[in-house]
Amino acid sequence: MTVIETPAAAQVAKEATGGAGEPPVSDRLRHERRLGWRLSAPAFVVMILVTAYPLGYALVLSLFKYRLTDPGARKFVGLQNYLTVLTDPIWWSSFVTTAVITLASVAVELVLGFGFAWVMFRILRGRSLVRTAILVPYGIITVVSAFIWRYAFQLDSGFVNQWFGLGDMNWFGDRWSSLFVITLSEIWKTTPFISLLLLAGLVQVPEELLEAARVDGATAWQRLWKVVLPNMKAAIMVAVLFRTLDAWRIFDNPFIMTAGANDTETLSILAYRQNVTLVNLGAGSSVSVLLFLTVVLIAFVFIKGFKTDLSQVRGDR
Amino acid sequence: MERSGGRRRPRRSVVAAAALALLAPLVLLGCGGGSGGLPTLTWYINPDNGGQATLAQQCSDQSGGAYRLRTEVLPNDATAQREQLIRRLAAGDSSVDLMSLDPVFVAEFANAGYLEPITDPQAAQQLTDGVLPAPLQTAYWKDQLVAAPFWANTQLLWYRKAVARAAGVDPTTNELTWDQMIDIAEAQQKLIGATGNRYEGYVVWINALISGAGGQILEDTEAGDEARPTVASPAGDRAADIIGRLARSPAAAPDLSTATEEEVRSTFQSDRGAFMVNWPYVYQAARTAVESGALTQDAFDDIGWARYPRTDPGTPSAPPLGGIDLGIGAFSKHKAEALDAVKCITSVQHNAQYMVEAGNPAARAAAYDDPAVRDAFPMADLIRQSLADAAPRPITPYYGDVSSSIQRVWHPPSSVRAPQTPEETDSYMSDVLSGKRLL
Repeated sequence: MTVIETPAAAQVAKEATGGAGEPPVSDRLRHERRLGWRLSAPAFVVMILVTAYPLGYALVLSLFKYRLTDPGARKFVGLQNYLTVLTDPIWWSSFVTTAVITLASVAVELVLGFGFAWVMFRILRGRSLVRTAILVPYGIITVVSAFIWRYAFQLDSGFVNQWFGLGDMNWFGDRWSSLFVITLSEIWKTTPFISLLLLAGLVQVPEELLEAARVDGATAWQRLWKVVLPNMKAAIMVAVLFRTLDAWRIFDNPFIMTAGANDTETLSILAYRQNVTLVNLGAGSSVSVLLFLTVVLIAFVFIKGFKTDLSQVRGDR
Repeated sequence: MERSGGRRRPRRSVVAAAALALLAPLVLLGCGGGSGGLPTLTWYINPDNGGQATLAQQCSDQSGGAYRLRTEVLPNDATAQREQLIRRLAAGDSSVDLMSLDPVFVAEFANAGYLEPITDPQAAQQLTDGVLPAPLQTAYWKDQLVAAPFWANTQLLWYRKAVARAAGVDPTTNELTWDQMIDIAEAQQKLIGATGNRYEGYVVWINALISGAGGQILEDTEAGDEARPTVASPAGDRAADIIGRLARSPAAAPDLSTATEEEVRSTFQSDRGAFMVNWPYVYQAARTAVESGALTQDAFDDIGWARYPRTDPGTPSAPPLGGIDLGIGAFSKHKAEALDAVKCITSVQHNAQYMVEAGNPAARAAAYDDPAVRDAFPMADLIRQSLADAAPRPITPYYGDVSSSIQRVWHPPSSVRAPQTPEETDSYMSDVLSGKRLL
């Protein structure tokens, strides 16, 4: 008898048998679960207090025309701020800039990071030295690394133009060359992070599978694509999710290097300028709320759309 | 992981030590506020070379035990200084007794009720007596004295004497126009330095050019967000012509669109430098560069100075205005003492002392006759004259919006064209002021 199993049917079947098929929850396990909840409760409550309140307040503020230095002129305007923001070319320019930096840096970091993870995994001699060397950029404070990169490319103090014989090329005088430097610095700074997450995934690939594939005559390339990568998919997705969310909120690098000039302003800088510099809390809060929504959307797409299992990152499976 | 068992104990003590380190400052802060006795005033200062701290010490001593002045240093650039002060004052911070304010922010602070107006006529007389006209203008909001000019800054034209000689001009007797400067630099394949980065210094330049042609950026400034932008005018067009021409000319420094004061100075001190517009601090900086060997004595001797270049051949220039005004915090618990401290800090004698020590020009005219000042600043008279004729940037509570919208439209300098750029500035600025556009 042939049964054609669709994914949905399989899911239903699994759920139906799940209750009876799984071993009963032991007392000890139940205890541990309860203890886990109790231990995390204080942190959970504090987190709700410090994040939920400002979040709610930002939502309220975003419905007002309100400037901190002109409290008398505070006025309820409904969704007007959102309309203003979403129809403004500045929001969309910042959106494109942020997207370009995110896509470019995450794509390059994934490939490079995998290479580094492979080296860290396979190296036999001087392992700790290599691992430390790879992690150094990640240990540098972002603002500091942003200044280093700025001074390296700047016209009066930089050495990059001299090294490559570029003469008077002003890297920060144009949108795309500025974005190039910003993205490069971002890649340099955070590739170690992604390679660490990938290393955790690499360690979990069962050695027997690789042995078996080798015995069956699979080439190195085939082993990479058919054995290694599928087995660390969860780790890859988690790494990409974390880095995408990080890159999407990028602030330090463009802020230090260009301060948003030449259309290099990212969404975080836009929100910062409205809220902190212009103290325009109404429009600023609506930018912040929209930024928050895009972050939620990215997380949702990854977790639901790509079925990223966040528990994989614990490395205990 | 495998070694974790044996280490459990030390780790716990590390956590305890970390917790203690985090909590200690909080406990100490809690104790510090209540000590009675003579009132301690906090003066929020912009970073300088220590001149303000010296004044704080001297005035504390001179007060005869009436108050003690303590300085608290604000961030480096004016925008960040404003951000911190606004956040404190919006929360009603009573620790802000005195503050060193960039003049462009005085109107905004006064309009928001953050500054204690100086209403006593005798005190007002003492604080304004002999202050040069342009800095004095910045201390008023709606005809009320809300701050006291402490020091004032202006830009000069700095030129290389060799370049001027080769071109057969003497900028000290015949004031140059921007067009002449560009012609000379182009002919000799040299560079002109100006601050074209997208920041406040670029607005300083633009405002000086527009004012130099008899125009202004904004009208009806007291109407707040209903003020009328007036950049689209013959004066605005002249300013756009000059900036666009320079930016597209080989005489522009290659980093014009990202240059702030320091990059401008570095271009000017290089072999290709011909002219720059910059604050007087560059003179002391060049002298220091000679001492450290970064600049040759010959190059230093080659530096000349003259009044800010003209926008129009027939109209005297309107040099930029900067500096620092002192404000008294509206939430201060020691306003009377703070007023006394302001009187002490801004005295003619202290003006002169600060000018020599910190290199920042005095707000009061009489300070320029001090022999020590004349020694340190061979161009003292020129600075005083420039300050008398200087044009302040728009005095409006919405200065941040006005300045940022100009920066957005006029950057990069090579994109500036008349009449498009000035027209776009006006429509964009009104939209921003009325909340229809983002900045």
